[in-house]
Amino acid sequence: MKLVLEKRVTSSTLLALTSPFIALALTLVAGAIMFAMLGKPPIASLITYFVDPLTDPWSREQIIVKATPLILIAVGLSVCFRSGNWNIGAEGQYLMGGLFGAMLPVMLHGWTSPLLLPLAIIFGMAGGALYAFIPAVLKARFGTNEILSSLMLVYIAQQVVDWVVRGPWRNPQGMGFPGTKTFTDNAILPPLWANADAHYGTVFAIIAAIVVWFALARTLKGFEITVLGQSPKAGRFAGFSAAKMTIFAFLVSGALAGLAGISEVSGSVEKLDDKLSLGYGFSAIIVAFLGRLNPLGIIAAGLILALSFIGGENAQIMMGVSDRAARVFQGLLLFFVLACDTLIHYRIKWVAQPRSVSKQSHRPHTPSTSSSDQQKEGSITAMGRGSGMSMN
Amino acid sequence: MVTEPKTEPPLLETRAITKVFGTLKANDAVDFAIQRGEIHALLGENGAGKSTLVKILFGSLQPTEGQVFWNGKPISIGSPSQARELGIGMVFQHFSLFEALTVAENIALSFQSDLSLSQVAEKARTLSQTYGLPLDPDALVGDLAAGQRQRIEIIRVLMQDPQLIILDEPTSVLTPQEADTLFETLFRLRDEGRSILYISHRLEEVQRLCTAATIMRHGKVVDACDPRQETAGSLASKMVGAEIASIRQSSTASHGKVLLQVTNLSQAAATPFAVALKDISLEARAGEVIAIAGIAGNGQGEFFSALSGETLSTTPATIRLLGQDVGHLGISARRKLKTAFIPEERLGHGAVPGLALSDNLLLARHASDRQDLLNLGHVAVVAKGKVAQFANRVIEAMDVRKSAPNPPAGALSGGNLQKFIVGRELDRKPKVLVVSQPTWGVDAGAASHIRQALLDLAASGSAVVVISQDLDEIFEIADRIAVMADGWLTTPVAASEMTRERVGLLMAGHGKAVAA
Amino acid sequence: MEIAVLISIIVSIAVSATPLLLAATGELVVERSGVLNLGVEGMMIMGAVAGFSVAQATGNPHWGAFGAVIVGALFSQLFAFLVLTLVTNQVATGLALTILGLGLSGMIGEGFVGQPGIKLENFNIPILSDLPVIGPLLFSLDAIFYASIALVLAVWWFLFRTKTGLMVRGVGDSHSSAHALGIPVIRVRYLAIAFGGACAGLAGAHLSLVQVPQWTEGMTSGRGWIALALVVFASWRPGRVLIGAYLFGAVTIAQFHAQASGVPIPPQFLASLPYLATIIVLVLIARNRRLTMMNTPAALGQPFVPDR
Repeated sequence: MKLVLEKRVTSSTLLALTSPFIALALTLVAGAIMFAMLGKPPIASLITYFVDPLTDPWSREQIIVKATPLILIAVGLSVCFRSGNWNIGAEGQYLMGGLFGAMLPVMLHGWTSPLLLPLAIIFGMAGGALYAFIPAVLKARFGTNEILSSLMLVYIAQQVVDWVVRGPWRNPQGMGFPGTKTFTDNAILPPLWANADAHYGTVFAIIAAIVVWFALARTLKGFEITVLGQSPKAGRFAGFSAAKMTIFAFLVSGALAGLAGISEVSGSVEKLDDKLSLGYGFSAIIVAFLGRLNPLGIIAAGLILALSFIGGENAQIMMGVSDRAARVFQGLLLFFVLACDTLIHYRIKWVAQPRSVSKQSHRPHTPSTSSSDQQKEGSITAMGRGSGMSMN
Repeated sequence: MVTEPKTEPPLLETRAITKVFGTLKANDAVDFAIQRGEIHALLGENGAGKSTLVKILFGSLQPTEGQVFWNGKPISIGSPSQARELGIGMVFQHFSLFEALTVAENIALSFQSDLSLSQVAEKARTLSQTYGLPLDPDALVGDLAAGQRQRIEIIRVLMQDPQLIILDEPTSVLTPQEADTLFETLFRLRDEGRSILYISHRLEEVQRLCTAATIMRHGKVVDACDPRQETAGSLASKMVGAEIASIRQSSTASHGKVLLQVTNLSQAAATPFAVALKDISLEARAGEVIAIAGIAGNGQGEFFSALSGETLSTTPATIRLLGQDVGHLGISARRKLKTAFIPEERLGHGAVPGLALSDNLLLARHASDRQDLLNLGHVAVVAKGKVAQFANRVIEAMDVRKSAPNPPAGALSGGNLQKFIVGRELDRKPKVLVVSQPTWGVDAGAASHIRQALLDLAASGSAVVVISQDLDEIFEIADRIAVMADGWLTTPVAASEMTRERVGLLMAGHGKAVAA
Repeated sequence: MEIAVLISIIVSIAVSATPLLLAATGELVVERSGVLNLGVEGMMIMGAVAGFSVAQATGNPHWGAFGAVIVGALFSQLFAFLVLTLVTNQVATGLALTILGLGLSGMIGEGFVGQPGIKLENFNIPILSDLPVIGPLLFSLDAIFYASIALVLAVWWFLFRTKTGLMVRGVGDSHSSAHALGIPVIRVRYLAIAFGGACAGLAGAHLSLVQVPQWTEGMTSGRGWIALALVVFASWRPGRVLIGAYLFGAVTIAQFHAQASGVPIPPQFLASLPYLATIIVLVLIARNRRLTMMNTPAALGQPFVPDR
């Protein structure tokens, strides 16, 4: 048996819509197998993971809180990935957003102006954008690989934040714990309703998703993004500049990651500390792909990933499953999402095939035997050719 | 089977070969046979099924139905390496070469043997001398010109002492003189008793070389004949199935003012594989078609980019459009000066394969037709209805055949996509049109449609610059001809004063001498 | 005494360079075959946890190293199946492999946190290790170190002196040409990816069995990514990977020594140095476009769908 891909004449619209759901279903199956291997009841575990959090108002709110940075970052990444720019350093831009955003609330601690919060948000977005500008300009100017440079900057950002919260900005009254002073009220992003953990960052996330969705779907800029992502050479023929697009996409993505960072700092933690880096920047990559790089899809995908985080905590408490299982789920999910995307463009077939093709060439063939090869006509063999071609 | 005559069976024979791709019958019950020591032509338009048949013979594709016979015995050819074991060698139209490897390494990779690399190099050297195909085994393929690359392919095939050699459009990359040398080699191989399957659409060559021909159309064999007994016209009508409307050459009316002017354009090579442009000057006047002949890879791509503004010049005056200096302006600014460009590569340059035709219209028109195609406010929003309307106008005007209302560009056949891309620019009624390889890989019907459209545009008072490798095309439509070789461009000469031989010499790089 | 200090510094550089060298050499072969596998970090951490756990289970760190090789190779096949058989995007799939590897290793290794590991002892090569200076420098290190050096030489010989190596380079230069000539492109790439996975796995084992001998979550801390950068730095040549890995080893060690000697620079800045150095190296290499263009495998990262 051999797996064979057959190109679809036109890509399947139905599968384009359903492939993320197929991927989710496959992830759940894989998760059930994983739980079984860990000696846990598979169905009950999945329910604890993916259903129980939805039945409880507190957990539902936590899902929204977790989804907020994921959606913000992933919406920005959709602009990058669609335009062919591999920004995988969103975690660093998120951290820098938190750091720059905390600058005024920390350094001007006690400043009572109502401008403090808007300025903190603008600083946060600027910090993320500036940090994203580094790999962007290195790519646009020198052709430096943006995957590696943006990722290296994550490690550096982690060190910088660590230094700031232990060094210059450390709260003298913090009993030695790393972290700044708690922000004054006028620097805190208001909750969505009284005493809620959910804050206005969620509103930013939804606005960002809608604006970027409109820009991608309807405007000339969105068209430019699509064209340059699919074919840089055709983009240049259209008069678009790939270098300028790199800068633009990284700035948008960095600003949104920065907004996520300052929203988290100002809305959730209310200070900058050493626990800001939770891997949202990486999980957002999964969110972006699960949402098929469509900002509206990303809202749903962000909620699903947040559910897996909350479910993971839930499962750890309820059944003693490692909270790392959530990370495994996310990794598997990305694999299945990518694999299912193939279904949109190809039909997948299992084809029976004799292994020893080479032997047959010297034997006379009757027409009827050779027509047994019919099944693979017009198809693409993906597992390499028959053994007729040896490695040497 | 029982009543088979006692004569020697053909070297290779196919019976009722059928190959189906999805819903398309690329080969439909194809019967044909090649005798020993014969140069056999396989004729047909693009899309007639020649390539599919050849891939089946070479083991790259498996037939859906039917049987191949070798020396009278039924066989199945499962892979190219099995084909080579049998004694079938193939010289591809698109070379299967590795640019980063040396000539000897390229040859060594093409067959299985215990020979060491130096032995391969030695054997290649011997063969290249025997057959008059000079090559340096240690040269990097990336540095070689097309003619030399083809020699590697031929030597690769000869290394295995084949009985049947298949050549796919071998002269498309050669100067007429290089082609003559190739024919000498082919005659020598035939005289040694080898068979050659020669795929071409160039009828003169086929009549010169071949003693038998099989003609295909729409996947079927429509005729088998001796090309020497036919005229070029009779062969052509068999290939196409109908008379092709002959092209109406515009009258040699006096040409108007200069619309495109290139003055002393020089440009360094941007990458190791690029060609530097050397002191190019050219004028195109209203109402004329200027053709730029030359073998691919001699700077045509770089010249096209310089004209289109995809690469910019630091000195604005090197390129003037409609009297304005534009060397420093990008492609959008140049388009706004009523200039249009059609690149050689359709998919991935002139069009984005995954995007719909309407999007591909917007691709080239968003700057020049900004007011019509965009709703301009704080942000430019695409006017989808208007874009679709423009696209449909082009589709209608050029008779683009498609399977869906607004399919992705990649779903169209080469000819239909080219008609769309040409139509997209003609729809703007440009004053200057620069087009590269307008009919490359396009079937004869579409090709004549496109050439006529170019002539009509010139007749309406525009200047048309055609970059082409196809001498037939050039002599059919050009008023003046210039030749590009190694980054130089010769001074254009009236087509009536040019001969193919002279163009051939210029193509081979004798440009400076002749032009001086 | 002076010499003894110098020797210990050089040995520590070798220890810190060995995982980079191994992972980069494996990735070099993968990229030479035209595949970009960004999952090095994930394969490496899987190797680290596998090496640690097998060593614990068997009590023998050599079995641990062997287990890491197997796990690395198997884990890489997940990536291979997606990018080769399902023709998925290589960048995204490589990232997926890294994310999955980091998560899976965290879950597998949860019980090992804080446990003392079993160190892979240095292996003194008889006679040679008794030589003055170069004896302790070159001939009394761990087995994985010897393997890393042998591997670079073997890979160089394989790629540039054997026909199968030529085939790998050919596949990476033009998969369509290779396919037309009947070279089994997909199979060559499956094997190359498995080799890269095995090397990354062994690199991970070096971390958890030699460098630190213990398991900590995320202990690769970006070394897989640095290895990827090294391949670019080396312009896909094994000899230059060796030089690059040792330069980076030296930067890391210098950084440790600076921290230890109380240089008045915040330790966080010193810890950033290897990452900063990576970016600088990438910029310098990329500026030399001619060098990069001439050496980059032309098919690198391009999807290959054989027509049939």
